[in-house]
Amino acid sequence: MRLIRTPRAAAFCAAALLLTTACGSSGSGGSSATGLHPPALKAPAELGRTEGRVNLIAWAGYVEDGSNDPGADWVSGFEKRTGCQVRSKVAASSDEMVKLMKTGAYDAVSASGDASLRLIASGDAAPVNTGLVPNYKDVFEGLKHGAWNSVDGRMYGIPHGRGANLLMYDTAKVTPAPTSWSAVFDDAARHKGHVTAYDSPIYIADAALYLKARRPELGIKNPYALDRKQFDAAVALLKRQNEYVGEYWSDYLKEVSAFKSGDSVVGTTWQVIANLAASEGAKVKALVPKEGSTGWSDTWMVSSKAKHPNCAYKWLDWIVSPKVNAQVAEYFGEAPANSRACAETTDKNFCAVYHAADEDYWQKIAFWNTPIEQCLDGRRDVTCVPYAEWVRAWTEIKG
Amino acid sequence: MRLGRTARIALRTAAGLGFAVIYVPLVLVLLNSLNPDRSAGWPPPGLTGRWWSAAAHNPGVRQALWVSVKAGLGATAIALVLGTLLAFAVARYRFFGRDTVTFLVVLPIALPGIVTGIALNSAFGTVLQPLGVGLGLFTVIVGHATFCVVVIFNNVVARLRRTSGSYEEAAQDLGASGLRAFVDVTFPLVRSALLAGALLAFALSFDEIVVTTFTAGPGVQTLPLWIYDNMARPRQAPVVNVVAAVLVLLSVIPVYLAQRLSADTATSSRV
Amino acid sequence: MRTEAGRYPGRRLAAILRRRPRLRLTLLLTAPLLWLTVLYLGSLTVLFVSAFWTTDSFTSQVVKVWSTDNFHALLTTPVHRQVVLRSVVVALAVTVLCAVLAFPVAFYTARVAPPRRRPLLVAAILTPLWASYLVKVYAWRLILSEGGLADWMLAPFGLRGPGYGLPATVLTLTYLWLPYMILPLHTALEQVPDGLLDASADLGARPGRTFRSVVLPLVLPSAAAGSVFTFSLSLGDYITVQIVGGKTQLIGNLVYSHIDLDLPMAAALGTVPVAVIVLYLLAIRRTGALDNL
Repeated sequence: MRLIRTPRAAAFCAAALLLTTACGSSGSGGSSATGLHPPALKAPAELGRTEGRVNLIAWAGYVEDGSNDPGADWVSGFEKRTGCQVRSKVAASSDEMVKLMKTGAYDAVSASGDASLRLIASGDAAPVNTGLVPNYKDVFEGLKHGAWNSVDGRMYGIPHGRGANLLMYDTAKVTPAPTSWSAVFDDAARHKGHVTAYDSPIYIADAALYLKARRPELGIKNPYALDRKQFDAAVALLKRQNEYVGEYWSDYLKEVSAFKSGDSVVGTTWQVIANLAASEGAKVKALVPKEGSTGWSDTWMVSSKAKHPNCAYKWLDWIVSPKVNAQVAEYFGEAPANSRACAETTDKNFCAVYHAADEDYWQKIAFWNTPIEQCLDGRRDVTCVPYAEWVRAWTEIKG
Repeated sequence: MRLGRTARIALRTAAGLGFAVIYVPLVLVLLNSLNPDRSAGWPPPGLTGRWWSAAAHNPGVRQALWVSVKAGLGATAIALVLGTLLAFAVARYRFFGRDTVTFLVVLPIALPGIVTGIALNSAFGTVLQPLGVGLGLFTVIVGHATFCVVVIFNNVVARLRRTSGSYEEAAQDLGASGLRAFVDVTFPLVRSALLAGALLAFALSFDEIVVTTFTAGPGVQTLPLWIYDNMARPRQAPVVNVVAAVLVLLSVIPVYLAQRLSADTATSSRV
Repeated sequence: MRTEAGRYPGRRLAAILRRRPRLRLTLLLTAPLLWLTVLYLGSLTVLFVSAFWTTDSFTSQVVKVWSTDNFHALLTTPVHRQVVLRSVVVALAVTVLCAVLAFPVAFYTARVAPPRRRPLLVAAILTPLWASYLVKVYAWRLILSEGGLADWMLAPFGLRGPGYGLPATVLTLTYLWLPYMILPLHTALEQVPDGLLDASADLGARPGRTFRSVVLPLVLPSAAAGSVFTFSLSLGDYITVQIVGGKTQLIGNLVYSHIDLDLPMAAALGTVPVAVIVLYLLAIRRTGALDNL
């Protein structure tokens, strides 16, 4: 755990150096006062022999070996082809991913934007030599060099897929059909006790995104770069919303069952949940409201302490290869990262439903990012509220 | 106590209601495993057996079950040794701090699992990882054993309090060695208490999720962890329901065994 | 026999042990005490010492600088006080509900039911302990959902289920821990001698009086023992409330939400349930509850 990070990191770096992954000024980590100055880590110039094993941290459904669902297996093929045995740990939250990466026991992680910058800054994730990942060239341009997966033009991972946080509503109970996030904020009182929201501090950005359109005088440009005044306004909005919230959701099952039963009638959702709920007879629709949406984009990152870096690189290439990327995107319910994946999906309509290639659609999405003190929108005259305070505010919002 | 007719009927009704409350959710679990929808809803739109066949062909469940059994057996074995030793010390000797010991043994189960979990997690990280030993099944067993000691201890100590140590002394006076006296006299006295305690310890370990979350290493997935993971997957909820139903049905076996084997005593089992 | 005793070292050891009770005691105590103090209390101590450290706000690395900031935040943030109070109330409510529900069931199984059927009834109480915790909680989510079993059964009376929230959490926790209360009560009631009750009746006490003056004092330690489980398991829970608690958070959720990013704060928050439970155990030890677990 973190308590002993520094001495152990040094030990791992010694080991890692032997494996050609240079360590630079390891263990020092980023400094929060000066913003994003990741430790000088080097990406490998070429790959060596595979180590026969790779340890992954992933979202549920990203690393499937058929043991959960015999129809979902893209690990066996990888193991057969590369000889790297996969061991994976499912993380329940971005925070858990960050924690697990710090243990040094894992080689790669499917980090969302609210975790990736933290991993880069702390030196837990190493830059990636995209030249060693042949399938990277087919990744949608919109996913390359994002604010959440690169620093100063260096990629720190390989994009995996993306999705938007949509507004879902019960078509029978919520009329007229909402077109704005006001349905869950200013107009939430109409559905008191039946509003739902995503249970994570990053949801504060959803409120900020709404305020960006609703209250221009606050001057919000980027929902992940909030100064004290903007942050307080977003928190106040969420505290008001809390009175009308029935429950906060964090997993599929909870939200699908809540919309099916009518416990929730309006709130944020993911495309896959909307599809699942609709397929089981819930009368729901999901949309990107006029203010736009927040969204997530996951990136496979390699640990700076990876004991099996060559197998990790093989995995990065495998998971974004067209066929596998299509498989995992369909299983998980997200837009694939590889542009050639759309030809491989079993449902030919899949990429259209998930807007995979629709860059105009993604223009409206503010992808999750990690709020840091140095404002991500480039302002230099103020400091922004860092993520640790978002976490504290989130427990206060929930009361 | 001579109860009046009304009192008896009232008690019988209350107990009946109590048992109904205990069993209605379990019946619901069984019913739900036959629900054709992927996510639960009431009332179920129909009945289907296809999730049962899907679950039967699911290797992940079998692996997780096996891991849980190994963890449960390991933790129970350790707890049996530690709990019995402690019980003999407390029941047969007077010593300074005896009350503190009985207090200490209760703590691991009384304190929140989340506190125990993160404490063990950071301790394992600090002590084991520099030695190159990561979290794994072993650490799960250690974590489970810690809170299982108390149930063995309680069962054995209660039994020892009701039987006096003079039996062993008599045996030894009659020429039996300490070991002999233990095997022939003491062990039969505490056997059923050990068994009841062991079953309960195994049950506690088998259903433990919080401490397991924090002590399991990569790739170590007990059945509760498997259930937790799979509940978060869109397509897996029905299979989880089947596993749940099977667990409910299977739970009859150990309980029946416990009853049969401990039928020689008045008390069946102590928590 | 005597000659053998000299020949085998095992026998000689046994003889030594027999003469020296202190040595026997030491041998009995060493392993379990090492396990409980070094491994368990040691881990807890390390954790609580870390509550005095701080965390780098961006990288979430622990900074080992002594500070009481976390405890200051713990005591001065209104939301923390609210949540602690709510958690204690929930734990107490669950304990009381469990006791009230468990007593008639235990009384029936221990004294009213035909003796031949009693083992079967005890088995029936134990069975739900083997069904998965998560599964039971999700079953309750289904029961309490809008238009679920609770609504469905209450509808004829013009009532509705409680929906998700604090009452749902209390109900579900009560359900989960009920067997832990029934079992000790059953054991205690079973051991109350018939003669004692008859004597009370012969002396002219009505059943109500016998219950208050004879039965209750005899089973109170066992009820207290059961309450150790119902109280402490409820106080530390964070999964049930996530599933059926609606937007409610309890102290366990606060600890959980800080573990990954700010372990020192999680440790500081964790001291609260630990302190409450230790106090509860100390208070209850006077009733003899710990000997009746």
